[in-house]
Amino acid sequence: MIPDATDRRLLAALTDGLPLVSRPYAEIGAPIGLDESQVIERLTALSEAGVIRRLGLIVRHHELGYRANAMAVWDAPDERADELGRRLAAYPFVTLCYRRRRRPPSWPYNLFCMVHGKERGVVRAQIARLIEENQLGELPHEVLFSGKRYKQCGARFVGRHEAEAGRRAG
Amino acid sequence: MDALDRHIINGLQGGFPISERPYAEAAADLGIEEAELLDRLRRLTEDRLLSRFGPMYHAERIGGALTLAAMAVPEGRFEQVAELVNAKPEVAHNYARDHRLNMWFVLATEKPERIAEVIADIEAETGLAVHDMPKRQEFFVGLRFQA
Repeated sequence: MIPDATDRRLLAALTDGLPLVSRPYAEIGAPIGLDESQVIERLTALSEAGVIRRLGLIVRHHELGYRANAMAVWDAPDERADELGRRLAAYPFVTLCYRRRRRPPSWPYNLFCMVHGKERGVVRAQIARLIEENQLGELPHEVLFSGKRYKQCGARFVGRHEAEAGRRAG
Repeated sequence: MDALDRHIINGLQGGFPISERPYAEAAADLGIEEAELLDRLRRLTEDRLLSRFGPMYHAERIGGALTLAAMAVPEGRFEQVAELVNAKPEVAHNYARDHRLNMWFVLATEKPERIAEVIADIEAETGLAVHDMPKRQEFFVGLRFQA
């Protein structure tokens, strides 16, 4: 499914969050000319199609105490990388897992796992377990803990064009 | 943050109802009233434990793009470069990390071709190389944080 212009206006209206009111979908729809049932129908379809991956509360993990956040990376042989990625992603403490493009010579790694934790010692032990249980010991590897957070805001994939269209229409 | 706050945070990171009274439904699942859930969500947002109550979109399916990029920033220029990078509305996250590549940020754009433009702008403004590491494959985990 490809979102149409009305879907895009709706997704733009929802980007910054669902209003904290009893009937939020009615409130979201009003300024863009959709009634509550139309909003519900469209958002249901967009969720089923995976355009909306998730709807729910988005935490500020630093404020929840998650400050030992490691990006563990490996240079995995291309033919093994996807299988390893699937296995690592299955661990409950792995919070994100991707295969990415390498940037040699600065960056030879292609397999990325995030482990968000509250204590570095625990996170290091969890990463050691990934290595041990999946025979990753031979692969080039690094762990990068995050330091200061310079920015965290929602990704904006839709909205600038729609906001301009709305101003012209208004 | 008390036990109920934790229960709310742990229970509502996904699967929120798309229905006429979604907060009432979610509250019923948590064993509380709708008004109490809304009050708690407002307070958790004011206390900045919550970023927002909202959606996560699929970058490509919505027609946009997402990438992870890193730079090696000389120690003395870190704050200045962070300011230039963060000034781009397409920069969603930016973290310092302990590595020669010490600044890592996520770019989210409405159009795929915009990624290269933003990277070229950042390189021109900072005089530093940006290493772009787009994803080739995502392995599903469903990022969740236990409160």
